[in-house]
Amino acid sequence: MTLRDILDKLLRRQPASASTARERLQLVLAHDRSDLSPELLDQMRREIFEVVARYVEVDLDEGDVSLETEDRVTALVANLPIRRPLAVNRNDA
Amino acid sequence: MAPTSRTILICSGKGGVGKTTLTANLGIALARLGLRTVVLDADFGLRNLDLLLGLENRIVFTAQEVLAESCRLEQALVKHKQEPNLALLPAGNPRMLEWLKPEDMQTIVGMLQKQFDYVLIDCPAGIEDGFKNAVAAAKEAIVITTPEVSAVRDADRVIGLLNTNGVAPVQLVLNRVRPKMMANQEMLAVDDVTDILALPLLGLVLEDEQVIVSTNRGEPLTLNGSSSPAARAYGNVARRLQGEDVPLIDPAKEGRGLRAKVRRLMQKKIF
Repeated sequence: MTLRDILDKLLRRQPASASTARERLQLVLAHDRSDLSPELLDQMRREIFEVVARYVEVDLDEGDVSLETEDRVTALVANLPIRRPLAVNRNDA
Repeated sequence: MAPTSRTILICSGKGGVGKTTLTANLGIALARLGLRTVVLDADFGLRNLDLLLGLENRIVFTAQEVLAESCRLEQALVKHKQEPNLALLPAGNPRMLEWLKPEDMQTIVGMLQKQFDYVLIDCPAGIEDGFKNAVAAAKEAIVITTPEVSAVRDADRVIGLLNTNGVAPVQLVLNRVRPKMMANQEMLAVDDVTDILALPLLGLVLEDEQVIVSTNRGEPLTLNGSSSPAARAYGNVARRLQGEDVPLIDPAKEGRGLRAKVRRLMQKKIF
């Protein structure tokens, strides 16, 4: 956070465009590098949710599967908050 | 091969970011350091290197005749009048693109390596056949980009292709930097670009109107010892290639006075 960011917030100004450029680039490059179209990524996301949902109850609204990239390495990052384990998996003695 | 001969591809993906300007200025700067340098125009479709060097009226033969063996290499090479260490091998007819193969580029570059310390290849924009031919002949590469999303994205594609073709090292020149816009965070920062592309920074060139003046005249800025910011930057790139440790300019420190101070204060991270 910089003084500039605080001023932008206080004055409800649009943040400077460099950070927007950075975020848009990182997203588009993650897709370019992995050669995954948004549609394919969406399909993969749905299937991952389906598989995970067989084992645990996940919060689909909070969950996210996305591509992240750092140092020219792209990773598939899944963040799926678990509400509670499904009954079948519970070890009730 | 000259024992220390280096073949460097100058590429960007996107057009108009400064490949040819860098090739011309770097060629002159290296020649002025006493190195036998040849610049090879690999942009057969839209050649311009001759124009930037002011050699457009002195072309007799081109790479095409050399490949067809209808002239000797020495006949096609255009020596620069004021800087005799620099020669240009002009691009042939655009129709060459129909039959030119990567092996042809390797043949030409192989001939040049025998008598030059530096072979600089001015790569065409895009990532199609012209690019592939040029890459086949290159050992190392300089990727040039500007701090704009489209140029950085295209540079990223090119870097990926250079990596898969085993071209190394690949270094970055960031062109047309506007310190004021960067300070106002209305332009991608130098670190943003180097972080995203993950390449070592070989040079940082500030936006400079003198570049346009010099192309009008066909006299690269590095030719006459100009002290304009871009001229100094190109000269520094040449010295860094030669292994000299020349510090990069800090765009944030460009511009003095109260305004610049306030700008620096505004972008300081406070938490």
